Amino acid sequence: MALDSKVPKGSIKDKWTDYKNHIDLVNPANKRHIDVIVVGTGLAGGSAAATLAELGYNVKAFAYQDSPRRAHSIAAQGGINAAKNYQGDGDSTYRLFYDTVKGGDYRSREANVYRLAEVSANIIDQCVAQGVPFARDYGGLLDNRSFGGVLVSRTFYAKGQTGQQLLLGAYSAMNRQIARGKIEMFNRHEMLDVVIVDGKARGIIARNLITGEIERHSAHAVVVGSGGYGNVYFLSTNAMGSNATAAWKIHKKGAYFANPCYTQIHPTCIPRSGDYQSKLTLMSESLRNDGRIWVPKNMEDVMAIREGRKKPTDLSEDERDYYLERRYPAFGNLVPRDVASRAAKERCDAGYGVNATGEAVYLDFASAFERYGREQAKIHNITNPSDEKIYELGQAIVEAKYGNLFQMYEKIIDQNPYKTPMMIYPAVHYTMGGVWVDYNLMTTIPGCYCIGEANFSDHGANRLGASALMQGLADGYFVLPYTIGDYLSDDIRTGKIPTDTKEFDEAEKEVSDRINFFVNNKGTKSVDYFHKKLGKVMWDKAGMSRNAEGLIEAMAEIKAIREEFWKDVSVPGTADEMNPELEKAGRVADFLELGELFAKDALMREESCGGHFREESAELDGPQKGEAKRNDEDFAFVAAWEYKGEPANAVLHKEELEFKDIELKQRSYK
Amino acid sequence: MNLTLKIWRQKDSKAKGQMVDYKVTDISEHMSFLEMMDVLNEQLVNSGEEPVAFDHDCREGICGMCSMYINGEAHGPDRGVTTCQLHMRMFNDGDTITIEPFRAAAFPVIKDLVVDRMAFERIQQAGGYISVNTSGNTQDANSIPISKHAADEAMDAATCIGCGACVASCKNSSAMLFVGAKVSQYALLPQGQVEAVDRVKNMVAQMDLEGFGNCTNTGACEVECPKGISLENIARMNREYLSATLKG
Amino acid sequence: MSGILNSSIGRKFAMALSAFFLMIFLLQHFAINLLSVFSADTFNEVSHFMGTFWVIQYLMQPVLIFGVIFHFVMGFVLEIKNNKARNISYAKNNGAANSTWMSRNMIWSGAAILAFMGLHFYDFWFPEINTKYIVGDMSGQLANGEFRYFEELQHKFVDLWRVVLYVIAFVFLALHLLHGFSSAFQSVGANNKYTKGLKGFGKAYAIIIPLGFIFIALFHHLNH
Repeated sequence: MALDSKVPKGSIKDKWTDYKNHIDLVNPANKRHIDVIVVGTGLAGGSAAATLAELGYNVKAFAYQDSPRRAHSIAAQGGINAAKNYQGDGDSTYRLFYDTVKGGDYRSREANVYRLAEVSANIIDQCVAQGVPFARDYGGLLDNRSFGGVLVSRTFYAKGQTGQQLLLGAYSAMNRQIARGKIEMFNRHEMLDVVIVDGKARGIIARNLITGEIERHSAHAVVVGSGGYGNVYFLSTNAMGSNATAAWKIHKKGAYFANPCYTQIHPTCIPRSGDYQSKLTLMSESLRNDGRIWVPKNMEDVMAIREGRKKPTDLSEDERDYYLERRYPAFGNLVPRDVASRAAKERCDAGYGVNATGEAVYLDFASAFERYGREQAKIHNITNPSDEKIYELGQAIVEAKYGNLFQMYEKIIDQNPYKTPMMIYPAVHYTMGGVWVDYNLMTTIPGCYCIGEANFSDHGANRLGASALMQGLADGYFVLPYTIGDYLSDDIRTGKIPTDTKEFDEAEKEVSDRINFFVNNKGTKSVDYFHKKLGKVMWDKAGMSRNAEGLIEAMAEIKAIREEFWKDVSVPGTADEMNPELEKAGRVADFLELGELFAKDALMREESCGGHFREESAELDGPQKGEAKRNDEDFAFVAAWEYKGEPANAVLHKEELEFKDIELKQRSYK
Repeated sequence: MNLTLKIWRQKDSKAKGQMVDYKVTDISEHMSFLEMMDVLNEQLVNSGEEPVAFDHDCREGICGMCSMYINGEAHGPDRGVTTCQLHMRMFNDGDTITIEPFRAAAFPVIKDLVVDRMAFERIQQAGGYISVNTSGNTQDANSIPISKHAADEAMDAATCIGCGACVASCKNSSAMLFVGAKVSQYALLPQGQVEAVDRVKNMVAQMDLEGFGNCTNTGACEVECPKGISLENIARMNREYLSATLKG
Repeated sequence: MSGILNSSIGRKFAMALSAFFLMIFLLQHFAINLLSVFSADTFNEVSHFMGTFWVIQYLMQPVLIFGVIFHFVMGFVLEIKNNKARNISYAKNNGAANSTWMSRNMIWSGAAILAFMGLHFYDFWFPEINTKYIVGDMSGQLANGEFRYFEELQHKFVDLWRVVLYVIAFVFLALHLLHGFSSAFQSVGANNKYTKGLKGFGKAYAIIIPLGFIFIALFHHLNH
């Protein structure tokens, strides 16, 4: 099947408006007869469910948590971008569009990104109307901050909890519809398969996680908004339950999976402290505005620090290697996420890591304390302030800016970051790849949509800070409700989809068989054993930097782990009760397939772009020596994989990317 | 460190539960409490026993999924943290730690340490929203200025993660801090005024219907709240409720 | 409005209102008792006025009785409801970590005060009612023509056991008030910039008033 992105004709500025003017609509009376299933209730799924219900469709929403409010969108800290230009600093729809395409290293679809930028302003209006308490200035108007490598302040925020507040906004909109009976909410339910009838997505099989009951749910369309697959690495900043199962199941039933190798590795996470570590915690990128990143210059100092003989504060300026400032004088500590992450890995691989695991670098605020302190001393007319006074004044400013992050760090690491530099290390954070969708956000299965982080959509090979929340809400509030109507307009006479058909029988049997296999297998190793093993292969060979040899090995190793898993996994308990181990087993089984496709995709893409760095594709000489090298001639396409049984046999389909409105350039941060 | 754990085990909502003793060894002080539970569960799985079921998800203190009543306190002895952020350095080698589910008639146990907090969902559905449809032509976000003070206070109320520690800690199992926080968020914002009267009446009525106890202002909820939600929010809800009742 | 007692906040509000009323009454009771320390005559006159003025006797006294009964009946009702809200109690509960003993034990300090009121009514109120409304002697005088109030008061505090019981009761009253005073304000929705000051005042009230009553009891015991 040839990939048709269905991007409307016309100039990029008019595409979305023209599209909306010409699509088929469903009359309000008919919407009552149409059911839509929404899987996942984060920003994308939650906002979609609420909006579809407001429009009059009957929505069934599914979440594995006990409440939609707990979806992992809630953990986003920094903010949400919108081209409001409230600051009058020259922001515009075009500029947001441009920044997003450039930030994504020219691997995203122009028309989608432009639409995203276009509706971004509406999101802020909508959220404020819902009662989202965005930060405001003293005049009572909305405040903005600047974020990750753009030239304007367009990021709206609610303390360090923007994701939480936006999700609670969408959740409140859902609650209103649940109360009206327009959304039927299935908490603690997990989608385990999609049901396809006559080539169209017509329902799902879900497991009630409390009773273990396998349920059939039918609808005229299925929307998957189940988030990213970062947990394929075992350790990531994703929630423990975050999984790829819904996305992977639709992939196996015909939805192409695009660019799985595009993963964002965030540079400022709290390092791992031991093998028992269950997840990683992110600290906002904004810390890099004031922190300087370094490791010791001399190996003796590294050793002395690891063994506790020296403290980082004992080292003089000369004994420190501020490697980002050294390598990237122009951008310094503010290089994009992928560059900062790789540089940290380079130093740690060379043996300069500063904690026991050898995987940590310092993020030091000492110079910020001093800079702010001197500034404050001037402001308060303090002449000849003592060093202590300067430090004290500076600390107050840093505390006002990042107090909650410093506190979080101290709770986890048990060191006072005001006294000693923080330790940070990169961690898997977001996956740009995902289910391939066309301009309508429909997958290659008719009637099956994919939104939010779960689709491959708008971020190309790298996502800019504060853009994930924007995309999730854009998809759910403002894009999908239009595009799905166009599709559903054909379904007004279909009537209720029956669930007692052979398609549902087969899908349910498949699901039950797999569950029964797990609980009856009586192997010897826990699910986590396999998950950790997979994660290690992924991190070592398909992590921050990748090469052909490692990726080939990774594919073979993952396949071997998968085979061992299906032989030797142990799942205690039974199928007809709450069984967290059983839930994990199903998710890890899917990760074990996805991981291999991930490596295959990374192997195929013989270029470095955004979060995907191939060691073979680096600048060999000149001022950019060693930096990532993109290959637009051969790889300016979306890699959409078709499932063919074994992940190794997946078939590649290319969607060529055309850049009509933006000129392709190599990124430089030197 | 080596620890003895006394954990509530209960097969399902209908079964009778009991405290069961477990031993864990070689626990690092850097582990989070849930990572210690992971160690126990790995141990149980490897010996063919059913692991202890407990709710958890984000493990960074924001989703509100984790619960647990640890040594007589919701989210354990540390302040301003959820169980997932509680670290083992709060305990000593040789300690016995008692771990129970959040207890309230309105939070029935589903299994082991997992409780059903659907009562909170129903309270929110009774009025925890502003009735505005998504249209794409909502008025501009800056058309109504809101004082920074009010916006900040609304934000403080809105940080509630809905974990239920307030109910678990309250000797009366009252949910007033949770409901007060939500009512306050909207009461402090102009967007919330239109439905203010009905909102507070409906949410309080639903709260009462769910079987939560009455607030006696002990203040335990405020102390145990991982997000530091203030008792002021309960006072504000009381005012809102009384004025709503007077208005009819 | 009529349904307000059916809601948790309404009941809370009603508890607070009755508490305010009782706290004001307590202040008034204390002020008059204190007179007995300084001047037997003034005490007698004021007591006679309170005991015979129709507004006090036929209006305020029933309201007060209603207030007392309402406060304790509602207190017990709430306690029962609140206990039902947790059907299985914790194996280990560390209430001291997050709240005061007083706030958690209002029902016990309240019950102690109620028991004391039984004694107090037996000592003063029932004889008073008997004299005035059953025997019908509204003169307030003894056979010798002097006012009886001060005499009766002093007579009551002759027995040491009674004084001890009174002192214990006032300690419970202090404990009850230590939480109750600020709690009542919180219940009616007063939590603002004045709260801190109000809490301080509440603490002072909760300690000084019962201490004063103790002083009066001891004073009469030692000076009869």
